[in-house]
Amino acid sequence: MKASVIVFPASNCDRDVAVALKEVSGRAPAMVWHGGVDLPSSDLIVLPGGFSYGDYLRSGALAARSPVMRAVIEQAKSGVPVLGICNGFQVLTESGLLPGVLLRNAGLKFICKDVHLTIERDDTLYSSDYKDNKVIKVPVAHHDGNYFADDNTISQLEDEGRVAFRYCDRYGNASSEANINGSRNNIAGIYDEKACILGMMPHPERMIAPELGGIGGLPLFRSILDTLH
Amino acid sequence: MTNMTKIKITPELVAEHGINEQEHEHLLDILGREPSYTELGIFSVMWSEHCSYKSSRFWLKQLPTEGPQVVQGPGENAGIVDLGDGDAAVFKMESHNHPSYIEPYQGAATGVGGIMRDIFTMGARPVANMNALRFGSPTHKKTRHLVAGVVSGIGDYGNCMGVPTIGGETDFDSRYNNNILVNAMCVGLIKTDKIFYCAAHGTGNPVIYVGSKTGRDGIHGATMASAEFAEDSEEKRPTVQVGDPFTEKLLLEACLELMAGDTIIAIQDMGAAGLTSSSVEMADKGGVGFALDLDQVPQRETNMTAYEMLLSESQERMLMVLKPGSEEAARKIFEKWELDFAIVGETNDTNHLTITHQGEVVADIPVASLADSAPEYQRPFVEPTPPPAINSQNIKAPPSILGALTLMMASPNLCSRRWIWEQYDHMVMGDTVGRPGGDAGVVRIHSTNKGLAVTTDVTPRYVTADPYEGAKQAVAEAARNLSAVGARPLAVTDCLNFGNPERPEIMGQFVAVIKGMGEACEMLNCPVVSGNVSLYNETIIDGEYENIPPTPAIGAVGLIEDLDLICDIAVKDENDVMILIGPEQGWLGQSLYQEVIVGCLEGAPPPIDLELEKKVGALVRTLIRKKLVNAVHDISGGGLLVAAAEMALAGGKGIEFGPIDTKLPAHALWFGEDQARFILTCKEENLGKIAMAAQFTGLPSGMIGTVKGDALVIEGEPALPLNDLRKAHEAWLPGYMRV
Repeated sequence: MKASVIVFPASNCDRDVAVALKEVSGRAPAMVWHGGVDLPSSDLIVLPGGFSYGDYLRSGALAARSPVMRAVIEQAKSGVPVLGICNGFQVLTESGLLPGVLLRNAGLKFICKDVHLTIERDDTLYSSDYKDNKVIKVPVAHHDGNYFADDNTISQLEDEGRVAFRYCDRYGNASSEANINGSRNNIAGIYDEKACILGMMPHPERMIAPELGGIGGLPLFRSILDTLH
Repeated sequence: MTNMTKIKITPELVAEHGINEQEHEHLLDILGREPSYTELGIFSVMWSEHCSYKSSRFWLKQLPTEGPQVVQGPGENAGIVDLGDGDAAVFKMESHNHPSYIEPYQGAATGVGGIMRDIFTMGARPVANMNALRFGSPTHKKTRHLVAGVVSGIGDYGNCMGVPTIGGETDFDSRYNNNILVNAMCVGLIKTDKIFYCAAHGTGNPVIYVGSKTGRDGIHGATMASAEFAEDSEEKRPTVQVGDPFTEKLLLEACLELMAGDTIIAIQDMGAAGLTSSSVEMADKGGVGFALDLDQVPQRETNMTAYEMLLSESQERMLMVLKPGSEEAARKIFEKWELDFAIVGETNDTNHLTITHQGEVVADIPVASLADSAPEYQRPFVEPTPPPAINSQNIKAPPSILGALTLMMASPNLCSRRWIWEQYDHMVMGDTVGRPGGDAGVVRIHSTNKGLAVTTDVTPRYVTADPYEGAKQAVAEAARNLSAVGARPLAVTDCLNFGNPERPEIMGQFVAVIKGMGEACEMLNCPVVSGNVSLYNETIIDGEYENIPPTPAIGAVGLIEDLDLICDIAVKDENDVMILIGPEQGWLGQSLYQEVIVGCLEGAPPPIDLELEKKVGALVRTLIRKKLVNAVHDISGGGLLVAAAEMALAGGKGIEFGPIDTKLPAHALWFGEDQARFILTCKEENLGKIAMAAQFTGLPSGMIGTVKGDALVIEGEPALPLNDLRKAHEAWLPGYMRV
């Protein structure tokens, strides 16, 4: 699997996701600097977490307009899978590849903690390895993770099965108490129409070894590898 | 000369610059003339307490700083210790107290930014942040605002940098009402053959400025931080710097990219006293002179004077001396990262700092006079008189032990700090093995199976009562916290926060603390490799002065050789046995039991037996390495029962305490803060081996309970359900901050 990780100024989970990809696939991804317009042909493009451009405008807004994003959008439209994690999810919504927007957390504070997620679908490129777990534990670390979209968009996402993960309690109940940041319908991650693009706030790359607190993120990368090899 | 430099130097102006008469005389001797206004500004910051350590230098020399593990001791941007396999840890702790009181968000943020620059200036990638925070009483009108600002300032800076904040400590005490303490620590990793220093050896080499542009922020920050506060402290807001973590992240990556090559002769970050102090340090250590042309300095504002540019503490800036001919390759890297890059001067053989602005020389000062030959004082001091020990029999017993426990666990100084550390990204970089909430934070040394353990510790209520014993305790507790996770203590950094050193009683605290720290560091093989002194934490209101409790915060770093052999505080399995190791004396003087339950602190704090500390630490590390124990916690504030309760909460399992054979009154047994003690849990079959190992080492040990059920159970009292205790423990801080 040839993966490319896009590095924006102040991306800071680029190394973390590269480690996870290498660990699972045995092959280090290409690290692609945002300033270039060339993007190597890839089996998977990853937009990593961090604070691109300091998130001084809306989170992800400036990165979404950086030169390399034109190539990312082009490849995405031709069917190359794109995974956006945390700031990467914000870049995906800001660039129009995914609908909706990530608002400031309802509690107005940065939140870093382990959360539970429901696996809404186990038949996608990113989730086929989750057949045995319907609830996983992975961490979040964000200030702006409160997913919002208008009623029509939300119903469309729900109807088309495009919600990837929801915040839930340890038993899998997507309750309002488990909704850590005020996201509509507890949404933690969504797919595009073809389930080829995934944007998610939680960090699967941080849960790939027991000593780091768990392996809840590992199947996500394994799923990708199973399909893309 | 420009108008600003023509300003007449009057005695009033000299005094306003914090330079006393004697220092002014000294200054005249050095220059052989009256200084220009710009030069007066330079002397003012370089001779400030903050930059010159003039009250503390004499004493700091008495601390142990050497050891086979030490690669770099004090005097550089940070200390360095060897980790084996070509790796080394670079670390330092620094205060940002005064600015954080005036403007908590920016003050704390730039404190974190500043300490991280100290680390990556040396070529290290920062891998962990810690902090030690002291706030005033929760009932003080400013406390909530200060907590909110400081925590989000620390969080926003570290989070954006992508460096995990893996722990720290927070206290509330009314004696910090007007002088809070914000001490930030950073640890970085470096290869021992790739360390960068600030000594600008060689002449004719280009001096390069990189990073953010210079603005008018933070002018005289160092001088402000070297004076006491009065009613008007808030008017000092313009002296506080403004942080930009995004630029610092770019600066970090650009510097590390340049450092991968072989073009840098010397590099120094611009911290306190900005361009002035970085030039002086580099020139002084390199034994050269610096000629700087201020017209080349990237400026954020127009019409800045030489005085302003030299004293600005704008953040995210670095000064480098490069090998001639490598400028263009270096420039490319900084341009890629969209940072300013300017050649601002050259090294020469004059041993002077010579500054030109708009074609005129505005300052010309011998470098040494600003560095090593800056004033040094041996201020008068009176030795502190610690209060006599207090017998625990004479301290009121509570109606119920578990009731007292609940009150203590819910109190401001013992309740959960989750509200704080959940605002810090503590997992970024994917190497956090020991998260906040335990005895020490642990990060893996990237792509190895070794780990670094980090902790910050001091118990100001002990140090106030007995500075000597209290200082020993701070070092001992730091070492214990490292041992508790299975790490061998390597070295410490210190952040010595005190009041006004011109008061003999405060200076006496300082002297006693140095003595205690020195002895403890020596005995526990933890040399001091870096540090910082923050004095004048004093406020004068209506002629009454108030100083902070002496607060020598200790940051300690330990090495874990094998991450498969570590431990945490969480109890593991039903029927595991709980063991206490170390001697019991039931010491309640200056305890949290007194603070929370009795309502006043009295008597002497627990004495420290350093021999014992050394033995018990080594024993615990051995037990962890041999996998005989499955949870370990050091006993500190709140005593035995608080430590056990924290272990139960972390593991989500109850404890049935067995009958304990003791002559102590119950409250002294459960809440006494005797030192050199740990609680362990293990499988029952290992009990004998552990008891034998303890006996062999000459340490008392005994079984105190069993991991069982979901409540804490003490004979003769109703059980305390863990859920009730957890609610009480977690409630206070979020509740307080919500109002």
